[in-house]
Amino acid sequence: MARAHVTTTINGDVVDFLCEADQTLLSALRDELRMTGTKEGCGTGDCGACSVTIDGRLVCSCLVLAVEVEGKAIDTIEGMADGENLHPLQKKFLEHAALQCGICTPGILIAARSLLERNPDPSETEIRYWLAGNLCRCTGYHKIVEAVLDAAREMRS
Amino acid sequence: MSTTVKYVERDLKVVGTRPLRPDGVDKVTGRARYGADYNLPGQLVGLVLRSPHAHARIKSIDVTAAEKLPGVKAVVTRDDFPDMPVEYAAAGELTINFRDVTRNMMAREKVLYDGHPVAAVAATSESIARKALKLMKVEYEVLGHVIDVRDAMKADAPVLHEDQFTVGVEPKPTKPSNVAKRLVFGCGDIEAGFKKADLVIEREFNTKPVHQGYIEPQACLANYTEDGQVELWTASQGHFTLRAQCAKVLAIEVSKIRVIPTELGGGFGGKNNIYNEPLAIALSRKSNRPVKMVMTRGEVFRATGPTSGAQVKVKMGCTKDGRIVAGEAELNYQAGAFAGSSVPMASMCTFTRYDLENVRVVGHDITVNRPKVAAYRAPGAPIAVFAVETIIDEMAEKLGLDPIDMRLKNAAKEGTQTYYGPKLGAIGYIDTLKKAKEHPHLTAPLGPNQGRGIATGFWFNIGNETSTTLNVNEDGTVTLMIGTIDVAGGSRAAFAQMVAEELGIPYDKVRPVVGDTSALGFNFVTAGSRGTFATGMAAVICARQAIDKLRERAAAAWKVPVDGVIWENGFAKPASSNVGDFEPMSIAQIAKTAGRTGGTIAGHAEINAQGAGPGFGTHIVDVEVDRQTGAVKILRYTVIQDTGKAIHPAYVEGQFQGGAVQGIGWALNEEYIYNKDGRLENPGFLDYRVPVASDVPMIDTVIVEVPNPNHPYGVRGIGEVPIIPPMAAIANAIYDAVGIRMQEQPMSPPKILKALETAAKH
Repeated sequence: MARAHVTTTINGDVVDFLCEADQTLLSALRDELRMTGTKEGCGTGDCGACSVTIDGRLVCSCLVLAVEVEGKAIDTIEGMADGENLHPLQKKFLEHAALQCGICTPGILIAARSLLERNPDPSETEIRYWLAGNLCRCTGYHKIVEAVLDAAREMRS
Repeated sequence: MSTTVKYVERDLKVVGTRPLRPDGVDKVTGRARYGADYNLPGQLVGLVLRSPHAHARIKSIDVTAAEKLPGVKAVVTRDDFPDMPVEYAAAGELTINFRDVTRNMMAREKVLYDGHPVAAVAATSESIARKALKLMKVEYEVLGHVIDVRDAMKADAPVLHEDQFTVGVEPKPTKPSNVAKRLVFGCGDIEAGFKKADLVIEREFNTKPVHQGYIEPQACLANYTEDGQVELWTASQGHFTLRAQCAKVLAIEVSKIRVIPTELGGGFGGKNNIYNEPLAIALSRKSNRPVKMVMTRGEVFRATGPTSGAQVKVKMGCTKDGRIVAGEAELNYQAGAFAGSSVPMASMCTFTRYDLENVRVVGHDITVNRPKVAAYRAPGAPIAVFAVETIIDEMAEKLGLDPIDMRLKNAAKEGTQTYYGPKLGAIGYIDTLKKAKEHPHLTAPLGPNQGRGIATGFWFNIGNETSTTLNVNEDGTVTLMIGTIDVAGGSRAAFAQMVAEELGIPYDKVRPVVGDTSALGFNFVTAGSRGTFATGMAAVICARQAIDKLRERAAAAWKVPVDGVIWENGFAKPASSNVGDFEPMSIAQIAKTAGRTGGTIAGHAEINAQGAGPGFGTHIVDVEVDRQTGAVKILRYTVIQDTGKAIHPAYVEGQFQGGAVQGIGWALNEEYIYNKDGRLENPGFLDYRVPVASDVPMIDTVIVEVPNPNHPYGVRGIGEVPIIPPMAAIANAIYDAVGIRMQEQPMSPPKILKALETAAKH
């Protein structure tokens, strides 16, 4: 079967790729474009490691077909820092030791950024519920929540 | 011969501070490469055909149709691997037997669990590989199966291994059994102990297996070349032990396998052993192409190690004043499909927080039709401790004693003789209990249906084989080549801190790198909370060797005896004015001319580190029980633990918090659910529910530092203790809240509701 040709924008750059009709966006990113910053933890939308945004909307890229992103704008972890300037969330995750193994970190950062775009002053509870779709098995979430609170504080000032 | 480096108290500049981790930036930018992130040109996709049956004899395997499918480049089955005799090897906390290892990675005579590998294929695409799996024909003779340890111990239970006779029973049994081994530990006279007791409590506890739940599924990439060399990229906790296992089961010389460790996406004991690695190498050998194999989450649950579920019976006696006079336990632990559960360690941990005269622990290692268990953070200990710490809580309540005072009355301390062997050295158990007593958490008010629980934990910690190299680069910066995988805790930062402290140079001048198996001598797997202790000791030895060489070079330049040169704050200096008046030489100055003054300055340590200090912790938890739904909410949680020395306090806190939350998941939600056919019904994160951010509160931490005398900075292992107390602490808090004693895990809503209904009837 002929592969589909998809043209899309990723982190501001126009990108095109070929994919199978049943291929997920996650697989297209990782296997076709070799953008491996987005991780696969489950493939069923339960762990959030593959979080990206499509036209600003937070999704699990394992639940989106690659052919669906034709003409859309995708943001992934690879585009989060501005050159060598890390995003405040990235900085705060480092300062607060909010990551250990780091496999969930790209997805959590993308999800946290999406939260702060909607709610620049979230409470601890709002952060915990927003990130409830992103599993972390190492940290117990404590330092992640602290880092998001601190990043929000810095981004507001 | 073993090595220890003694603790010396001194002023510290870098150790004990909180610098950023060397692997941090790569992890927040998506650059860090994990097992599934490596690719080679021309690589094939490898997939595994797995058993749909819990227990069946394999009558035949026909893969000819699969092999003929265009795009299929290789298929392997049991016929592609040599059979192995019984031969034991250490692999983390659990011992492995190569006869079983080869049968677990690829079934031979029988399949023993739902998900057991039967064949593997390498094809040019995943869809072709999937089609190939469907074309494989396996004829099974389905056999009766057994899932629960209590059933597996019955005389008429289906037996997994016809050649397995219980070891540790006299006379040797004549009938094969699912009980692989019986172990007995103890001291004193248990009957005499119970005679002295004013209060005796005996209870039975049952727990389900739980999975380590690392977010990164097992992934590897193998490249077998035409001259018989193997490159293997894999996410594991021990690339040297993995190399040894692959070499053995594939009959390849160790020197021909180079394992390049990838960043590890969580392990917790579950990535100590081989699964797909030898299959990928065999497929690569057969296809002459690189082969990549990545497990699905379903495969991770069905076929990689959960920890044991268990039946635990505990009987304890104490006098009216709260002195425990006897402790007796029977631990029946699931091993999974092959012998070798964590029951030996669990047996030794059961009562080792207390100074007891009379103890008897009997452990049984039991095979059942489930995946072979793997280590999981303090393997086995949380289950046995759940029982003991719950009974101590009940004793304290019946005697009207404070639960911390009751523990203080019986607490192990320096010099306490354990019932399994050694005397305990300098330990901080009592310190953690005293800190708990002083903590404001203990006096905070509680509302209706809210309760507070306390529990404690102990873990041995280990040292073991460790090789490390330190190179002083030509500009005076330092590269530290380590061989213990940073299993997430941030050990690379800790090593750089210790080396910077020794050399008297800034933290960011030391770059720690995990070397592949060709870069260093053998390193045992990162398990048993050994990383920061053992490689820390090795790194300090390396740094001290380098300092001696730096002093020698300065002495030669100044034409003075080497004894006349000291090393201070990154500079060689004359020891006194008697030596002469020389301008101090920096590490950079000496390094710059090192090539002309005798060659590169380096340090090496190839050691068997010994003297790991045992770890102890005390947890306090507040819960609220919803009487309508049976849901238990964690309101507040405090972890207090002796670390020996917190090299990087933020990463120590991270271990406490992460371990406690894994323990909360174990206590409240997590369990393997099998149907009547022996198939796993919840092999995914939707139905196997690990804690999410909204399930837990902030986890408060208190770091206690009682230095380990056998480490230059006083380090003890810290990673495992935090998962031990939560189950018991939560059970005790539930009792305090609503008056029910939970003896079953998980303490999930249906079980809480049932217990509340039973209590209401009485």
